[in-house]
Amino acid sequence: MEPIDLDLEESELELPSEPMHLNMGPSHPAMHGTVRIVLELSGETIVKSDVQIGYLHRGFEKMCERGTWNQVFPYVDRLNYVSPMLNNVGYALAVEKLCEIEVPERCQWYRMILGELSRISDHLTCNGAMAMELGAFTPFLYYIKAREMVWDILEEETGARLTHSFGRIGGMAHPPTPALKDMCRNAIPAILKLVEEGEGMLLRNRIFIDRLENVGAISGKDAIALSWTGPCLRATGVPYDVRKAHPYLKYDEVDFDVPVGTRGDTLDRFLVRLGEIRQSARIILQCCDRMPDEGPVNVDDPRFVFPPKRDVYTTIEATIQHFKLVMEGAKVPKGEVYSYTEGGNGELGFYIVSDGTGTPWRVRIRPPCFPITQGLSELINGGMLSDIIPVFGSLNMIGGECDH
Amino acid sequence: MSQRVLETLKEKFGDAVLETHSHLGDETAVVSPERWKEIARFLRDDPSMAFDMAVDLCAVDYPDRTPRFEVVLHLYSISKRHRLRLKARVGDAEGEKAEIDTLTDVWVGLNWFERETYDLMGITFKGHPDLRRILLYPEFEGHPLRKDYPANKAQPLVPYRTEEEAGVPLDKLAPFGPDEGMPFGRRVFAVDRGES
Repeated sequence: MEPIDLDLEESELELPSEPMHLNMGPSHPAMHGTVRIVLELSGETIVKSDVQIGYLHRGFEKMCERGTWNQVFPYVDRLNYVSPMLNNVGYALAVEKLCEIEVPERCQWYRMILGELSRISDHLTCNGAMAMELGAFTPFLYYIKAREMVWDILEEETGARLTHSFGRIGGMAHPPTPALKDMCRNAIPAILKLVEEGEGMLLRNRIFIDRLENVGAISGKDAIALSWTGPCLRATGVPYDVRKAHPYLKYDEVDFDVPVGTRGDTLDRFLVRLGEIRQSARIILQCCDRMPDEGPVNVDDPRFVFPPKRDVYTTIEATIQHFKLVMEGAKVPKGEVYSYTEGGNGELGFYIVSDGTGTPWRVRIRPPCFPITQGLSELINGGMLSDIIPVFGSLNMIGGECDH
Repeated sequence: MSQRVLETLKEKFGDAVLETHSHLGDETAVVSPERWKEIARFLRDDPSMAFDMAVDLCAVDYPDRTPRFEVVLHLYSISKRHRLRLKARVGDAEGEKAEIDTLTDVWVGLNWFERETYDLMGITFKGHPDLRRILLYPEFEGHPLRKDYPANKAQPLVPYRTEEEAGVPLDKLAPFGPDEGMPFGRRVFAVDRGES
């Protein structure tokens, strides 16, 4: 048989190589959150990418300028809707810093317990959803089962599973229920067991590891330059955690470690989140031991805190106080302040400006997701199309927070 | 701790530092917008400053003041663990000439923050590589975080793009004819043919 003699130029044998443009999103089944990525592909390799956000923009900052200081709480719930309690506490701490009030000790422990529970639910959702997008559906169910346990506690405490609106300036909406400590002590071992089982299924899976390892790696220096914070920064080996570096509430009195990664790739981000779930569990158990059962939760300051409902209906002073707080809002002193806490995804900052009236002049949120999503383009350029899914999943972009 | 930063700034830049204060532990320096980039570069590169992370950039609108807007930058140093708030005042009463140098070549992470500030507050960052709207759509009119933008203002409808603008054929063909697919929801066709 004679060899096929194709009378062709060398270049004509190649496949056509002009770049292909592909729209990923804004609604893509394998990506949580509404984000659109415009890709320029050469074969399956990403040459250029443009990440476009804003599909969930609701004018959060403009809305805040229309109500009273206390009316911001329902809005911050809807920023990071996977860990709303961390936002509630972060905003409350910002206003309290401007008012120069400090909540009672019992409330500080209570805020820590609820905040760390939220952090567990945040990390469980992120890791579970990422595994699911890679095709591992079973661990997702394990993690969601664990998240249900967290949400059951939060529901018992706040009355809502997702959007609690539970924070208040100078305290919380309700004191802790008597069953809180028992619920936490019972749920934590069960949650950790589920986390371990889910982890065992994933981290012994060669396919899963291969898809995460050395994918979407970034160096610590680049991550800092991109203003990354939180688990994504710690995965690169930079041990910056607001809870350790600038302790607020009672974080300087509890014992916990800051898990860090080494390579800053997707697997490290996954492992850092798993490590943080364990550390949060440790913090919660310590808080349960140390939170007093008796004592006030709200500060005794009639300028900011609502009087008890019973007094509102029976005494004229409390009625007037309630009326003024509802109609005019708490008068926050004139000034500006930047307050920062460790949110689910990193440093959650609130820069608030007050002109001395009951309405905020400016509420600026510094969403941790925003700079992290900015770095997505850098992580996926030069990689394969299919790598977008694990990289994007591990960044844990929350649309509500990123798009304000 | 960061008091020292303010003193060094005042020493080094003199008149360019318009005012400083430390209210509630937040060290603030208001600097002249002409030397915005120079001061930023010094803060990043000087070993005793070492502000390696730009945490946040936003703008605040004060319609009563003469430089109307305040561009507010929050800096943090991972190694030194100190923070600084840097401000510059720009813009006249009508909101025109609100311009300031970009800092994207100093801290690359400010790219999106500057785009957001441009989008919502209308501050132009000179030299920004990609100054587009980020949270809102390109056809949006005005800058919603300005105090003179009414919160209940409606935006004009965006006209449909022509085929040339979109670059793809826009008249979509129905995926299936009237006789195909599920029978429910197709009564219109059935009535048309007199079958009821």
